[in-house]
Amino acid sequence: MSKTETFKWNRKHLLGLMELSRQEIEYILDTAEGFREISTRSIKKAPPLRGKVVVNLFFEDSTRTRNSFTLAAERLSADVMQFSTKFSSVSKGETLLDTAKNLEAMGIDIVVIRHSAGGTAKLLSRTLNCAVVNAGDGYGEHPTQGLLDAFTIRQIKGSLEGLEVAIVGDIAHSRVARSNIWALTKLGANVTLVGPPTLMPPAVKQLPVKVSYSLDDVIDKVDVVNMLRIQFERLGSNPFPSIREYSHYFGLTLDRMKKAKPDIIVMHPGPINRGVEMESEVADGKNSVILKQVENGLAVRMAVLYLVNQASQELRNK
Amino acid sequence: MSNDLLIKNGRIIDPANGIDAAGDVLITNGSFAKVGGKISAPGATEIDASGKFVTPGLIDIHVHFREPGDEEEETIASGSAAAVRGGFTSVVCMPNTDPPIQDATSVEYVHRMGRQTRKTHVYVMGALTKERKGVELAEMGLMTRAGAVGFTDDGSGVQDPSVMLRALKYAAMFNTVIAQHCQYDSLAKNGVMNSGYNSTVLGLPGLDSLAEEMMLWRDIQLVKKTGVRYHCQHISTAGSVELIRQAKAQKLPVTCEVTPHHLLFTDDACADYDTNYKVNPPLRTAADIEALKNAIKEGLVDALVTDHAPHLQSEKELEFVASPFGIASLECALGLYVKALIEPGIIDWPALINLMTAGPAKVVGLNKGTMTMGTQGDVTIFDPGAVYCVDTATFKSKSRNCPYQGWNISGKIEYTIVGGEIRYNSQQG
Repeated sequence: MSKTETFKWNRKHLLGLMELSRQEIEYILDTAEGFREISTRSIKKAPPLRGKVVVNLFFEDSTRTRNSFTLAAERLSADVMQFSTKFSSVSKGETLLDTAKNLEAMGIDIVVIRHSAGGTAKLLSRTLNCAVVNAGDGYGEHPTQGLLDAFTIRQIKGSLEGLEVAIVGDIAHSRVARSNIWALTKLGANVTLVGPPTLMPPAVKQLPVKVSYSLDDVIDKVDVVNMLRIQFERLGSNPFPSIREYSHYFGLTLDRMKKAKPDIIVMHPGPINRGVEMESEVADGKNSVILKQVENGLAVRMAVLYLVNQASQELRNK
Repeated sequence: MSNDLLIKNGRIIDPANGIDAAGDVLITNGSFAKVGGKISAPGATEIDASGKFVTPGLIDIHVHFREPGDEEEETIASGSAAAVRGGFTSVVCMPNTDPPIQDATSVEYVHRMGRQTRKTHVYVMGALTKERKGVELAEMGLMTRAGAVGFTDDGSGVQDPSVMLRALKYAAMFNTVIAQHCQYDSLAKNGVMNSGYNSTVLGLPGLDSLAEEMMLWRDIQLVKKTGVRYHCQHISTAGSVELIRQAKAQKLPVTCEVTPHHLLFTDDACADYDTNYKVNPPLRTAADIEALKNAIKEGLVDALVTDHAPHLQSEKELEFVASPFGIASLECALGLYVKALIEPGIIDWPALINLMTAGPAKVVGLNKGTMTMGTQGDVTIFDPGAVYCVDTATFKSKSRNCPYQGWNISGKIEYTIVGGEIRYNSQQG
């Protein structure tokens, strides 16, 4: 922890990883390291957010992220309010800002927002007085996922410096890919995006990554492979002819795993489409760290809630 | 009291007549009676225009006044008041109201509201197709007879090439202009900003420049076949400039227009998800801006327009993807063009005034935009040097969706004169 000891965290919001420095990212990971221990106690609770109210404002279906944030907040002794709805101003309900301002009027300290539209966390951060944590905005960013992925890799490999990481699948519609790109490259890893050209974002060449259209070309060279979920709900007209053809080129099969480095780390943000992105045997195999990702997600989210709350309080005291 | 208005000691810029000289302007009974030299007219109302520019009344052939249907955003009355504050003596309203302007009665309604407001001349383009759906032609003939100056489904383009071909063929009867918002929906999809690096990192659906360019290319082929006057609205890409250049080289009756925002902002402006920069066509890249400026310099552009598109604050506070497209800029347009085109030395004053007067008038076939003797006495007087701060709180427009808030710009409008009548005077606001 020594390298970040003198560092001072001063962000009240966590909106995305693109705007964070390497030092800030490392500071969150180091903080999360400290929180990991709480989950191993018999009484899994610490007091830093006692008397604070966290609201989970979820406009999109989510089980794992919402539960993870809930548990993280509760382990830090916060009161947690759940606000899940499919209605948003996109679907002509109450506007997002009205919903958020109403909740804020009840005296909340941290809003954790998940929304189907890019930029919504930023929109709230501009308007509300409380702290805002982005739990996924459209295909903008999903910062806590990027952080927990970086955390998991670091935990196993010691450092990300010089590691080769492949992110495979629907890059265009993936907030996980974006947050991973920022976190991993800032921490020194080399990232290769793998997928059909129709699932690459328009300016992929301007991102700090390499691009490959062949998983076979990269599978034997990488230390980490992060398999994205095919977001059937976000795809427009078919970007590939069939799931069969997609799996043929981009599915992580046992066959492909034979060509991989023996200690390759296999990741997936979940939920898995078994048989599409990867075969079950791979998902459940010895290289898979999928459940470790979930476990680490809790520690990372505790760290994030803790840090934004602290910065928020300090700003208020000024 | 006489019916004379005498404007003294200004610098008269009347590009169509090749005039750029100090002098006086006399308007008698609403029409230009004498332009240039020292004029004396006892009994006339006098305006001292020393140090000011005196030009034909400015013309904006692309505004949205939202009436009927969205009067909470703008009305013909509020939009007209905004227009004269911006120095515009004539505007052309777009027909994408609710319901659309798609029959003679609606055209007459817009004209009547304009006349009653007694601010600027209000003209209108009719919808090209019924309900702007791009399927059946709207009543072009009857609307032309009622005074519509052109036809467009602005807000969207006519998708089906056979419908567009039919529209152009049919329009040959009427000596009118067919204007198009070039955008193929199948390529544009649900895009909300330029497709590129910024849309990639912001995670917002992009609008590819191909969506604009492919429709423009298609339309140019149709114009070749029909020979009917065609106007491409708000071109935004370097590729569109190239297509216009080729069309003009072939002497096709193709014209185009450019907005201030496509000259002043790149899509970097969207980086903070600020919906005041959400506009369609979207803000593009520095290379596109350069191409547009070069096009203006070369004389490939026929008109500068605002595409004044007022929206409620509450709508602009929505998520970026849900918020409506549009920028309200009618009241500060001249200063924006000065910033984009005069200050960097792209064009000179007469060229700028031409693109805001005679140029746009010609596109829509209006006998306006000059100080030719006997024509209607529409004049704009402005101070080219006076710098002022854009303050949306002072807007006459009902809307405030203006990214220029707080900008210091020049070209302050002093008087807007319509048919010899002072309709705006900066002293009185």
